[in-house]
Amino acid sequence: MNLMNSSFFAVIKSAFGSEVWAIITPAIVDTVYMTVLTMVFTLVLGLILGIVLLVTAEEGVHPLPLFNKVIGAVVNVLRSLPSMILIILTLPLSRMVIGKAYGPGACIFALVVSCVPMFARLVENSIMEVPKGKIEAAKAMGTPNFQLIIKVLIPEALPSLIRSFTIAVIAIISVTALAGSFGAGGLGDVAVRFGYSRFKTDILIAAVVVLVIIVQLVQFIGDSLSKYIIKKRFLI
Amino acid sequence: MSIGRSQVDVRNEKGFDSSSFITVKDLYKTFHTPVGQVDVLKGINLTVSKGDIFGIIGFSGAGKSTLIRCLNRMEVADSGVVRIGEQQIFNLSKKELNLYRQKIGMIFQQFNLFDSRTVFNNVAYPLEIAGYKKPAIKRRVEEILGLVELSDKINSYPGQLSGGQKQRVGIARALANNPDVLLSDEATSALDPKTTLSVLDILKDINRKLGLTIILITHELDVIKYACNHMAVLENGVIVETGAVRDVFFNPASETAKLFVKINANFAVNQWVREGEAI
Repeated sequence: MNLMNSSFFAVIKSAFGSEVWAIITPAIVDTVYMTVLTMVFTLVLGLILGIVLLVTAEEGVHPLPLFNKVIGAVVNVLRSLPSMILIILTLPLSRMVIGKAYGPGACIFALVVSCVPMFARLVENSIMEVPKGKIEAAKAMGTPNFQLIIKVLIPEALPSLIRSFTIAVIAIISVTALAGSFGAGGLGDVAVRFGYSRFKTDILIAAVVVLVIIVQLVQFIGDSLSKYIIKKRFLI
Repeated sequence: MSIGRSQVDVRNEKGFDSSSFITVKDLYKTFHTPVGQVDVLKGINLTVSKGDIFGIIGFSGAGKSTLIRCLNRMEVADSGVVRIGEQQIFNLSKKELNLYRQKIGMIFQQFNLFDSRTVFNNVAYPLEIAGYKKPAIKRRVEEILGLVELSDKINSYPGQLSGGQKQRVGIARALANNPDVLLSDEATSALDPKTTLSVLDILKDINRKLGLTIILITHELDVIKYACNHMAVLENGVIVETGAVRDVFFNPASETAKLFVKINANFAVNQWVREGEAI
C-alpha cells in the first residue's frame, strides 16, 4: 500500500495492521539481536581501546608515544571510512570466520569495526573530564596504573561514560539499519526492500516508527541512568 | 642556617628523635616549556626532624608546590637527594615508589576526594590499595573518622560536605595507612579563616597524638605561626631562611621573610597607630 493508490489515513492504518506487523516483528527481533550483540562488543572493546588511547598518550599515566600514534592513526582511518564501505570491506572477514557473508550474525564484524573506534574516542573524552587533581591524589597514594583505571578513572567518569555509550548505541542502531541493505536483515532491510523497492509505504512507516521508539527508549534509559548516578553522588 | 638540635622548641623536646628525618640536598628542577626554561628549584637544602611540623612559606611562583611534590616524587627533580628515613627516593623502582607513596600522606588545596565514593570509601581507598582485608579496613576507617570528628558523615558523599568537612576527609584519607609523613599542599588556602583554624587544630592534634611529621606549604604566615615549629622561607627557588618559627618571625633576615612579617603584622593597622587614628 502506498500514497499513490491509497489515502494517507489508509496507509497509516495499514502500517499498524497485522499484515505489516507479520513482516516487521521478525525484523525487530533481528535488529535487536544485532544491536545487543554489537553493543556488548562495542562496550568492552571500545572501553579498552579508549582507555589504552588515553593511558598511552604523551600526558597519560603510562606514555607510549609511538604505540599511541599508531593506534590513534588506525582509529582515525576506521572512523573516516563511511560505515557502508566498512561493511563491504569486512564481508570477506565474516565469510572466513563464520562461513557466510549474509544474515544478522555476519554483519556483527562490520558493526563492531565501525562502532568500536567511535566509542573509543567518546570514552577517551569522557575520562579526560576527570579532574587532574583526583588522578594526582590517587597516584600520590601509590595507586598502580591498573587500579587507577578500575578504582578511579572509570567510577569517576561513569555518568559521562553512560552518556557516551548512549550515543554509541544509537549510532549502532543506525549502522544496523544500514547493514540491513547488505544482507544483514532487520528493520533497515525491511524498509529498503518493501518501503523503497516495492513502494510499500505502510511498511516503511511501521519500520520508522519502531526505530524511533527504540532510539527514544535507549536515550531515555541512558539519560535516566546517568542522572540517577549524578544525583546519588550529590553533584547537582 | 640549619635546624639542628639547638633550635628544637619546647614542644618537640619530649620523646621525639630530633636528628634529621627528612633531608633534601642540592635539589634542582627546571621546567622546559614552549616559551623557554623555568628554573623552579635552584639548589634546595633542607632538613626536617621527626615529629616536627615544618612550614615552607613563599609567594606564588617561588617553587613551594614543586618542592613538596619532589618529596613524594610526584615531580622528578633534575638532580639532588631526597631522603626520608633511610629511604633514598630517587633510586626507587616504579613498584617501590608506589609502596613508598603509600606511607606518605598528602592533602591538597582542592581536596581531590573521589566523588564516586562515600566518605567511608574515600578513607578506605588507600587501605584497599595497600591490600588490607575488609574487616581491618572497616575498623581503621571508623577509628580515623573519629579522629577527624566526622563519624556522623561516614555514608555521605563528598558532594554533600562543606569545604572544611571535605578537607577533614582528605586528612583522614591521608592518615588511613599510618603514614610516616604528611605533606600538605596549600591545604587551607581554599578555606575560610575559621575552617582553616579547625583544620590546623586537627593537624596539630594528630601530630601530638601520633608523632607524625608534617610538612606544609602555604603563603599565609598565620598558618605557620599557628601550626608549625620550624619554617623555611622560599624565594625564587632558593631557601633564603630557615629556623624556629619564633626566631624567623621576630628576627627575619631575608627580604621575603621581612615582607611576610610586615604583611602579617597588619601593616595597615600599624600605620593607623602611627597616625594616631587607632586606640
